[in-house]
Amino acid sequence: MDIVPLILSFKLALVTTVMLVIIASPITYLIVYFRFPGKTFLDAFINLPIVLPPTVLGFYLLIWLGSNSSLGSLWETVFGMPLLFTFSAIVIASLIYNLPFAIQPMKAAFEKIDNRLLESAYILGLSRMKTFFRVIIPNSIPGIIASAILVFVHTMGEFGVILMVGGSIPCKTRVASIAIYEAVEALRYQDALFMSLALIPISYLFLLLINRLNMNEVKR
Amino acid sequence: MRLSVHIRKRLSSFDLDVRFDCEDKQLLALIGPSGAGKTTIVRIIAGLDRPDTGRISFGDEIWVDTARGIFVPPQKRSLGYVFQDYTLFPHLNLYRNVSFAAGDTGHVRDLMKALDIWELKDRKPHAVSGGERQRCAIAQALARGPKTLLLDEPFSALDITNRRKLRERLKFLKGELSIPIIHVTHDIDEALYLADEILPVVKGSIARKWIMQFLMKEPVRKAKIHSAGMNTGAAAGMKNTERKVS
Repeated sequence: MDIVPLILSFKLALVTTVMLVIIASPITYLIVYFRFPGKTFLDAFINLPIVLPPTVLGFYLLIWLGSNSSLGSLWETVFGMPLLFTFSAIVIASLIYNLPFAIQPMKAAFEKIDNRLLESAYILGLSRMKTFFRVIIPNSIPGIIASAILVFVHTMGEFGVILMVGGSIPCKTRVASIAIYEAVEALRYQDALFMSLALIPISYLFLLLINRLNMNEVKR
Repeated sequence: MRLSVHIRKRLSSFDLDVRFDCEDKQLLALIGPSGAGKTTIVRIIAGLDRPDTGRISFGDEIWVDTARGIFVPPQKRSLGYVFQDYTLFPHLNLYRNVSFAAGDTGHVRDLMKALDIWELKDRKPHAVSGGERQRCAIAQALARGPKTLLLDEPFSALDITNRRKLRERLKFLKGELSIPIIHVTHDIDEALYLADEILPVVKGSIARKWIMQFLMKEPVRKAKIHSAGMNTGAAAGMKNTERKVS
């Protein structure tokens, strides 16, 4: 059995998770604690990937990351190679696709923090930025972990978006879900079975972890 | 230094309009029924709310002046604020809560010892009693060496025994501090025991008449205090304050 697709899926999930926790927390902070014009529109826009068919999102990303687009051509001048059908392309796609899944649990955690804690921090002389790092983040750890796990599991199972912008290039963009699909297409049922079996315990373990965290949260 | 407050703010059911000063070493009690606007007043002094019009100055610093568009954010006002119920940071132990914004650790230790919470320094807020939490909140507010202290019903969530203990401790602390202290309460005994001056606030305005009516019933109240076996300090304080108010 070829385990490269499994490793690639794992790598993609890990990179996406780490990057999204860093990207999503300030965006969530902005959405929860600031009032600005167009906030509801931004909130709805970020959540679009939840309702859009992955192929639709994938199609737009394909155009947006292509050599004819400004981002695609900029990438080409900087790195000297096209962006589409590379590991970087599937990371970008995966970040956008998973953004709402990262934000939702964090949002719930941030909203649960008593506003007086923040006021107390301001009175003690902390800037908004310091309050974010010293009060909001440490009091939202379970929510942040939940969002990281959700993103990780979700990325492990991603298919449509990755196929659109990454194709199925062995060792680069052929992740487990795509390799399973191709194995079935080629009637290599044995390979498909092994890869599928490998994905189940991983996903199950992560879900157990989420439940465990939620239970701890209730106990607190 | 003198804290001068003159603010107006339209609230949902009445207009808040108050003007008062508080000097160094003075404890000013804002007393009145709940919903009278007392908390809004201290929130405005702290910079957590903005008045519609008005001016707040501390010594020669101007914190708010709506006419000149000045508004100093709470971070820059250097004040201590003790909220109605505990707002300690749940993720930090008591020591880290007190030293949260204070650099000087020796001072933190002295404060925690003075408030009798040094032994509990490694516990988290949820693992100590309500009275201990509120003492910790006072230590936290004082640890930075604030220029003024705002107490918003700091005893309201405590039982009677703890309330009396903390009241005595606050009275002692007050003697040690040389800053203006504003104390919000709806408990007249508490105000009489602690305050140098009492400012009754009813429906957003200063209502001196209200406290006079209250004190007219004093003989009855005094008898009640005695029968409950309470410390007569409150009654003694009552006499002093009565002179001041009248």
